[in-house]
Amino acid sequence: MAWTGKILRVNLTSGSVKQEALNMDWAQTYLGQRGLATKYLVEEIDPKCDPLGPDNKLIMATGPLTGTMASTGGRYSVICKSPLTGCVACSNSGGFIGAELKNAGWDMIIFEGKSKKPVYLYVENDKAELLPADKIWGTSVWATDEWLHKKHQDPALRIAAVGRSAENGCLYSAVINDLHRAAGRSGVGTVMASKNLKAVAVRGTAGVGNIKDPKRFMQATTEAKQVLAENAVTGQGLPTYGTQVLMNVINEIGALPTRNMREVQFEGAHKISAEAMAEPRKSDGKANLTTNAGCFGCTIACGRISTIDRTHFTIENKPQYWGNSGGLEYEAAWAMGTDTGIDDLDAVTYANFICNEDGMDPITFGATVAAAMELYEAGVIGDKETGGIAFKFGNAQALAKAAEMVATGEGFGKDLALGSKKLCEKYGRPELSMTVKGQEFPAYDPRGIQGMGLAYATSNRGACHLRGYTVASEVLGIPEKTDPLVTDGKAGLVKAFQDATAAFDSSGLCIFTSFAWTLENVAPQLDAACAGGWSPERLAEVGERIWNMEREFNLEAGMKASDDTLPKRLTTEKANTGPAEGKVNGLSAMLPEYYELRGWSKDGKPTDKTRQRLGL
Amino acid sequence: MLRSLHITPEKCTGCLQCEMACSFENEGVFNPAKSRIKVFTFHEEGRFVPYTCTQCAEAWCMQACPVEAIVVNAATGSKDVLEDVCVGCKVCTIACPFGTVNYNQATGKVIKCDLCGGDPACATACPTEAITYIDSDMTGYERMRAWASKTDTAASA
Amino acid sequence: MHHVIVGAGPAGVIAAETLRRLDRDAKITLVGDEPEPPYSRMAIPYLLIDKIKEPGTYLRKDAEHFAARNAEVVHDRVGGVDTKRQTLSLTNGGKLKYDRLLIATGSHPVSPPIPGIDSAGVHPCWTLEDARAIMKLAKPGANVVLMGAGFIGCIILEALASRGVNLTVVEMENRMVPRMLDETAGTLLKQWCESKGVRVHTSTKVTAVEAAKKGLGVSLDNGDTLEAALLISATGVRPNTQFLEGSGVDTDQGILVNAYLQTSVEHVYAAGDVAQGRDFSTGEYSVQAIQPTAADHGHIAATNMAGGNTLEHPGSVNMNVLDTLGLVSSSFGLWMGVDGGDSATLTDRDRYRYLNLRFDGDVLVGASALGLTQHVGVLRGLIQTRTALGRWKDKLLDDPTRVMEAYLAGTQAIGANA
Repeated sequence: MAWTGKILRVNLTSGSVKQEALNMDWAQTYLGQRGLATKYLVEEIDPKCDPLGPDNKLIMATGPLTGTMASTGGRYSVICKSPLTGCVACSNSGGFIGAELKNAGWDMIIFEGKSKKPVYLYVENDKAELLPADKIWGTSVWATDEWLHKKHQDPALRIAAVGRSAENGCLYSAVINDLHRAAGRSGVGTVMASKNLKAVAVRGTAGVGNIKDPKRFMQATTEAKQVLAENAVTGQGLPTYGTQVLMNVINEIGALPTRNMREVQFEGAHKISAEAMAEPRKSDGKANLTTNAGCFGCTIACGRISTIDRTHFTIENKPQYWGNSGGLEYEAAWAMGTDTGIDDLDAVTYANFICNEDGMDPITFGATVAAAMELYEAGVIGDKETGGIAFKFGNAQALAKAAEMVATGEGFGKDLALGSKKLCEKYGRPELSMTVKGQEFPAYDPRGIQGMGLAYATSNRGACHLRGYTVASEVLGIPEKTDPLVTDGKAGLVKAFQDATAAFDSSGLCIFTSFAWTLENVAPQLDAACAGGWSPERLAEVGERIWNMEREFNLEAGMKASDDTLPKRLTTEKANTGPAEGKVNGLSAMLPEYYELRGWSKDGKPTDKTRQRLGL
Repeated sequence: MLRSLHITPEKCTGCLQCEMACSFENEGVFNPAKSRIKVFTFHEEGRFVPYTCTQCAEAWCMQACPVEAIVVNAATGSKDVLEDVCVGCKVCTIACPFGTVNYNQATGKVIKCDLCGGDPACATACPTEAITYIDSDMTGYERMRAWASKTDTAASA
Repeated sequence: MHHVIVGAGPAGVIAAETLRRLDRDAKITLVGDEPEPPYSRMAIPYLLIDKIKEPGTYLRKDAEHFAARNAEVVHDRVGGVDTKRQTLSLTNGGKLKYDRLLIATGSHPVSPPIPGIDSAGVHPCWTLEDARAIMKLAKPGANVVLMGAGFIGCIILEALASRGVNLTVVEMENRMVPRMLDETAGTLLKQWCESKGVRVHTSTKVTAVEAAKKGLGVSLDNGDTLEAALLISATGVRPNTQFLEGSGVDTDQGILVNAYLQTSVEHVYAAGDVAQGRDFSTGEYSVQAIQPTAADHGHIAATNMAGGNTLEHPGSVNMNVLDTLGLVSSSFGLWMGVDGGDSATLTDRDRYRYLNLRFDGDVLVGASALGLTQHVGVLRGLIQTRTALGRWKDKLLDDPTRVMEAYLAGTQAIGANA
């Protein structure tokens, strides 16, 4: 129950679309979405397969609470082997398509093989078919969205698509749904495009009705919504300021990585902060932020809907960008602003629009531009490589141009599309790539927030804040405050966050609820909806099982314990200002304890005992 | 005093809790496609507009129904579809100038808002008070009323 | 004051109810020539598929509905009207004096002038009695020919197909529902029917009907002859005005009325399918013969009968909705467009989806659609309010499916950030 019990299996090589029953034993041990889809992936693909070859699979998966009235119950994830990291990729997105897929009667779609010609999948309840996409291949996500809506004459159609960047092989392309929500990280869009799959268009009118105990479910979800409403972060901070509430906060504590993580505080942070987004601008008196927006079922509504100043150089002659679209989230504003040293809010918003329009992960994109800027300033690359664009920190023109070039795969955009690791390797300076396992960092400097260093180093999808967000504890005091500048106790904290996050990510709920909710709040909702008896303890165990499953896949794919590391800059170059001044990240002090707590051997492998305990 | 649904679009975040609450109340499933209230997204404008039947006095749907399947609920003033009487001819769906009576292909009947009999689930579920259920006099339906009177082919003398 | 209403269809019934609301004391008589309580022809197709029983077709479900309103229902037929004496003669021999008369006699099916059209086995589909006869003959596997793919023909298609008959449609125009859908939509509808196993001959006429061994032989002008157990004649209807001969009530296609639905004779009004009422879109007077217009007419005519001519009829928007074997089509207003007006069209032949909007300047004046079931009524609203669409017209030209947004933008506070 709460699961639909149905999987859509799409073989792109043969063009077949088949329905199959969901493995309910796996549903009981891996829950849904991230956990369950990863289980399918690891069972079905060779971990050593070429991520961009036909042997990789791409799974779009909902959770048991997706499509229900549980707050934030609209999530879905895209799972595959990542071309950016070579590890498992699992990118989670909100918007509306996840709920629509569930409403159409499907828990997940498994794509396998590779289509000869560009196609898109059209799903209308239990009817699903592959249709030619030759008219939209080579167009942006936004153009694709418009074309599909017109083609099917259905304003209610929900669409996920890849943009031109993915078609051109950019290694960090996202799958964009509902115009500006993204399964953003690790290049899941690149994998989708490699299969010649342009889009998935879904219309679901069957509904989600298989709730185990509807009355108890309504009670549990109502109570949980109350908790969100009464919490300062989810009830006030996020709706008002969005995730951008963090820009000034993180800057103040000296953990805002600046100019390719050379520094930890940005003098221009306030100009691209949430507060700046709400400030009326001179030209037309309107603020960058028009309104906040919720994803499906979300009672927090942290989403930003923004406009760019029409007189700004990026769009003054481009009326197609004059309207509202998805505005800046904190990580995007950081990567394309702080990390590049750019304090031009409109330029950063424009780059964000382009990332949505053509499906790029703004974190990796921004961080790659930052790396290119360091290469440029160091004289490693010059105008010859960049096509005459001065890639200097703080140059907003370069950022806007870079976004356009990656989107369309032109000029220096081809280099930037590699991500910072391959870019820096190409030009002989691998140490300038701020990545773990090939994926770029998000917006929390592990010199100022020590626990995040361990979270990054051990994340199963490369550097990421959404695999164990100890910022909650170390900065915001959720669930209890820990000192961000010490390493003591962080191994346990990281493990707890990682396991709980895996459970949240497998439920259909948004991880942002965890500012207010713990698994204690999630369990009653799941238990009322799903068969099987779901307690907080069981959820934590499911989370741990998922974590170890992902780890084992990565190890089999070729990852080693030595990859659980950080770029030298973060462990050797001291923070130069702020509360963390003089600090480097103390990863080596945390990692052994972490392995031990995980029940892993010294070379980072789950021991037999651990495997047995978790039923792996 | 009769009460009405009062909608304040600028407070709406587009989360669709109202649509789920409506469909759950009326159909027993979470299914926005079967909701009597719909949230329209104005992407370029950055605005979300919940929209449903205003239970207008003119009640074109009721007047146009050939088989008396739409009746006034004396307690709430809502115009209710009697599902066992509706034959599914869809005349009400073209007659309602607000487009708030819709045909449900699955059941072969039409559906419209009935204020949940006086305790509208959408208003209860709305997290931002974009939808409230308040005294009719205070709902500021002027715009809707203006539209209604313009549409009235049988406008009162 | 004695109000006499001739015709017990929707216009007549709504008029009776309106009169009673406006005048507690008047005498009201409703004369209908069919034996059943007032019923809806709109509901007949649903009777044919057993979705409802006969009482389900009744306009008012309460058996005491008219008695409770002190309105007398007389089952009789009016033979003639003496407008000078203000007297009706009934075919059963009675007379009925009136102070105000409403003629709401509707229309009757027209038999085309085809040899053999009076053969047994040929039926119109118009009355409950016709429906009973059709149900008897339309047995599973029986060959049935439907002559005329107009509104009536199409609406009973499903009923016939679902009874498992072997169905052939013969339409003399080049497409289905030519008075409601343009060539693209009408042709798509034909293809839809064919995909559901119904044979459809367009641009084809029935030339003769003759009794054959097994029922009927239906000859077509393409040389074919179809065998049929049942031929349903649905080639059109004509207003019931014959009884008005010599009454002084002027008629053209239907009864001529002014903006108050008053005929050429004082104290005599007309409403519904029989009346040539004002068309909202053209401002001209024509017979619309649709349910919502009948409801409008009944209400307005009654108001003017009760209180002197106080309520002007601004005209009714011509509109139709049709469900043909599960494909819903609709049309509104000037769906064929106006000279110099823009139009926006989306066509998806593979999925039988079609949407066409017609503009005059930046005002929507007409629309037609296939496969649209959500928020369709707003097309009527936009047409009838003559809403100036402004910049939304361009958006609709680009994507006509955004019509609901266009309406909301014109009536709600959307904000002006873009």
